[in-house]
Amino acid sequence: MNTALSWIKAYVPDLEVTAQEYTDAMTLTGTKVEGYERLDQNLEKIVVGQIKRIDRHPDADKLIICQVDVGSETIQIVTGASNVREGDKVPVVLDGGRVAGGHDGGPLPENGIPIQKGKLRGVESFGMMCSIEELGSSRDMYPDAPESGIYILPQEAQVGTDALTVLGLHDVVFEYEITSNRVDCYSVIGIAREAAATFDKKFVPPVIRKTGNEERIEDYLKVRVEDPVLCPRYCARMVKNIRLAPSPEWMQRRLAASGIRPINNIVDITNYVMEEYGQPMHAYDYDLIAGHEIIVKCAKDGDTFQTLDGQERKLDSRVLMINDSEKEVGIAGIMGGENSKITDDVKTMVFEAACFDGTNIRLSAKRVGLRTDASGKFEKGLDPNTAELAINRACQLIEELGAGEVVGGIIDVYPVKRAGNRVAFDPEKINRLLGTQIEETTMLSYFKKLDLGYDEAAREVIVPSWRQDLHCMADLAEEVARFYGYDVIPTTLPAGESTTGRLTFKLRVEDVAKEIAEFSGFSQSMTYSFESPKVFDRLLIAQDSPLRQAIQISNPLGEDFSIMRTLPLNGILTSLSTNYNRRNKNVRLYELATVYLPDSLPLTALPDERVQFTLGMYGDGDFYVMKGVVEEFFERAGLKKRPHYSPEAGKPFLHPGRQAEIRYEGAVVGYLGQIHPEVAENYRLGEDTYVAVLDMPAILPFATFDHKYQGLAKYPAVTRDLSMIMKKEVLAGQIEEILEQRGGKLLESYQLFDVYEGSQITAGYKSLAYSLTFRAQDHTLEEKEIASVMNKILNGLQGLGVELRA
Amino acid sequence: MKEQLEKIREEALKQIEASDALDKLNEIRIAYLGKKGELTSVLKSMKDVAPEERPRVGQMVNEVRELLETRLDEMKGKLAKRAREEQMKREVIDVTLPAKKSNVGHSHPNTIALKEVERIFVGMGYEVVEGPEVEYDEYNFERLNIPKNHPARDEQDTFYINDNILLRSQTSPVQVRTMEKGKLPVRMISPGRVFRSDEVDATHSPSFHQIEGLVVDKNITFADLKGTLAEFARQLFGPETKVKFRPHHFPFTEPSAEVDVSCFKCGGTGCRFCKGSGWIEILGCGMVHPHVLEMCGIDPEEYTGFAFGVGLERIALLKYEIDDMRLLYENDIRFLKQF
Repeated sequence: MNTALSWIKAYVPDLEVTAQEYTDAMTLTGTKVEGYERLDQNLEKIVVGQIKRIDRHPDADKLIICQVDVGSETIQIVTGASNVREGDKVPVVLDGGRVAGGHDGGPLPENGIPIQKGKLRGVESFGMMCSIEELGSSRDMYPDAPESGIYILPQEAQVGTDALTVLGLHDVVFEYEITSNRVDCYSVIGIAREAAATFDKKFVPPVIRKTGNEERIEDYLKVRVEDPVLCPRYCARMVKNIRLAPSPEWMQRRLAASGIRPINNIVDITNYVMEEYGQPMHAYDYDLIAGHEIIVKCAKDGDTFQTLDGQERKLDSRVLMINDSEKEVGIAGIMGGENSKITDDVKTMVFEAACFDGTNIRLSAKRVGLRTDASGKFEKGLDPNTAELAINRACQLIEELGAGEVVGGIIDVYPVKRAGNRVAFDPEKINRLLGTQIEETTMLSYFKKLDLGYDEAAREVIVPSWRQDLHCMADLAEEVARFYGYDVIPTTLPAGESTTGRLTFKLRVEDVAKEIAEFSGFSQSMTYSFESPKVFDRLLIAQDSPLRQAIQISNPLGEDFSIMRTLPLNGILTSLSTNYNRRNKNVRLYELATVYLPDSLPLTALPDERVQFTLGMYGDGDFYVMKGVVEEFFERAGLKKRPHYSPEAGKPFLHPGRQAEIRYEGAVVGYLGQIHPEVAENYRLGEDTYVAVLDMPAILPFATFDHKYQGLAKYPAVTRDLSMIMKKEVLAGQIEEILEQRGGKLLESYQLFDVYEGSQITAGYKSLAYSLTFRAQDHTLEEKEIASVMNKILNGLQGLGVELRA
Repeated sequence: MKEQLEKIREEALKQIEASDALDKLNEIRIAYLGKKGELTSVLKSMKDVAPEERPRVGQMVNEVRELLETRLDEMKGKLAKRAREEQMKREVIDVTLPAKKSNVGHSHPNTIALKEVERIFVGMGYEVVEGPEVEYDEYNFERLNIPKNHPARDEQDTFYINDNILLRSQTSPVQVRTMEKGKLPVRMISPGRVFRSDEVDATHSPSFHQIEGLVVDKNITFADLKGTLAEFARQLFGPETKVKFRPHHFPFTEPSAEVDVSCFKCGGTGCRFCKGSGWIEILGCGMVHPHVLEMCGIDPEEYTGFAFGVGLERIALLKYEIDDMRLLYENDIRFLKQF
């Protein structure tokens, strides 16, 4: 909301502040000023001048030489403007002055344009006559300005005086951010009331007097409201013998400052009152209202209606309409109809000031696809008591401006009166909530400034109906706090029972994951939780895979962001691809990515949200490097037993010969492998890419940060090397299982030190060599003990068809 | 005999003094103190010495032996030291050659900022908890005093799954989830992902992170809220940081405030960073609305509380001077490596 300071001052006459003081103080009492614009910014030495004589320029057809009386002297000014006549009064910027913009109306330069005397085609010029664009404004705001040329001032302007005063440019326009609870502050009156309270000045709202002739509106018009829930109040007044004309300067200036283009007296009055009281109004051409009757009721499904902007609108049975006895004439609270709009030929009109249900207006505007200034105000939920004030104010302006003859009386359909509420006043509680010791009388003085009443006997604050935000003690506490000053309230720390700060166990394990990933060279990535359903095709996920059962967003930003991910790969692969295609080498990324697995679709309960510790890399490193990171994490997270890897992971997006499912104590906890070449191609990854995905909720039950010390070995170890030949299909994991099963307590550790396939051995066979370390905790091992264990191991290995190598 | 010993001594000392290598010293040791060494042969010839002379001569021989051994050890130390020095001279390296790094990975700037915030509040006794990202409308809105059709719902363009389930538009539902557990007092922060249907651009993202804070106890005051957040701001942005509380409106707190901190770039004098105002808005907060407490089964007559919500990306962008939010979700390694 934008409002000129001069308009606020009209209701707070004693207000004398700088723009910055106003901004700071209003913001601290809760009416946030987002910024302000000085209308006289970069306008210097500009006076009212009168053109005394015009001569042709001797050397230029398009220039003229004016002798301009600027009060103290008459100066010569050369101009290219063609709209000036002798006797015209014009804004003149004197030598050494400054204007805000160029005559083309383009963007205003930051420091304006300095004006100095000079010669134009050899003729001296001592100043410049200004167009409205050069004064930093536009024809939208000054409709009487010529399309191009000098702005002509009214003849009443005094030669030599400040032209900016005449133009109303010594003003500041403030932009406010009004919070949704303060419906009353979407109006000049509301902000002025806050300003008066903030600066402790008298608030002087407009005095609304009785208007209208001796006639009775009831003799002209009938109003019937069929849906009093959606239309709690409907006020109508009438004006006849309308005389359309431009509205006065002061009204045009105030509207222009609010960003509203002045049009004519009737439209301007409607807009003026909407700004002033926050009450939208509408005017109908009485002669176009069939049966001279207004009926407020909902449209029928499938109805269409042409709004006054000429657009065809689709309606439904929840859209409230204004009708006459034959047809629809307006969408209530949103926009009037083409069929009843005021034209230049209007003679008699009906003014409407109503209160419509805010929610219904908001939803209707959405469905109809038309959000207007009026609907924007109505949807906040207006005070029905303002409607009558506003319509009477408008009629008063009609009379004051001589825009027509107001018919006596008002039709006011207001079956259920809305009164303000009462809130118990307990100063002690307010102080307890704020942590202050503010006197009761001080609190009451704040309420008084805000026009809140007080019933001393009942100890209740009487809240006027326009303050729909005050319901309980906490609301009153805020009123006290903002006028006492948020900055004056002391700063303390909570007392009371002390608590222990900590992270949940889950977050601690996630921190370990981050730590290990980063130690291992992986940097943390973050990607969106929603993605495209095409991801499944890109990852070669089967059509009937449960992974395709993804939660759909009903109002997504587009198909690419329309489903909640069920697996974390798209994010990491997309990020790797971004890096690859930007030629970043050796990239390792990880993400703690949540996937969202629905129990069933459509969703009736919240999905299972599972954090997936996802690692991805290309460049240096291979499958076993990735496997190493997985195991480092397991060890650090307290999973100290041996994880098992099965090559039958069944992941369609991984290389069929380079993938493994990871199990820990029998539970599936994740998988790792190389990205399938086709998937790599889909993601434009030109290098072997490896990923590991660990399902954190599956890992959590095994994780622990407990440690138990085991005594350091006192007795010597004995090592034996085992060099074996076996069929290629036999897995190292199978060998190791036998080593673990058969090695017993004496086998302290084993280490694979050689893998060989090649010309030295039979085709289809491979050689593995392990170094085994034996040790007993309580004695030095004897040769026969070792021999016995080795025998057991060798017997076991025979079962796998393993032969010892010579 | 005496003359002979003195001669041996002089000769040996001269040789020790002149030796320039460890093996020469060894030769000297053998030549004089060895089994067939000169001093040993003097001892062997003791049988020719008169018995009354023998103790004196023996003593003399021992004195010479001790002297030679001491000198030999001294010389050995000297030579070893010299040898070490020479070796170290040969081992001089160019310390300005490039380092061999282990290429440790980097945390996401969001995480770095979050860890700072967590550290501050954990230090003040807050628990760090989480809540679901796909959430019931009831928790995200209704129980936060935002009933169906409340205009505040339009301000946060929410992604819906269906009428009852949505992607949470704020971390505030975790307040409700924490309070309804009924374990008092509460001191918690809850970081997490939130979603709003904003198109992606330099300052908007449809998915971002908030950190919710909540304290509920007896006698919690607005002054406590001010003190807590002032302390938070000082720890996060530096001890000179000033905070400004401005009245604002949130449906689930009353009174409510927005908090500005003095610009940590210019210290509050006004610069490009704070758009000349000297202040930077960082969070929203307020006293938990009594109706919200009631809806969570907490008696507002007995308990009060405060809550606040910080935008994590906002903190990260400000603190690390990142000028485009899209960088946070692109994961270009050249970006991540800077943190």
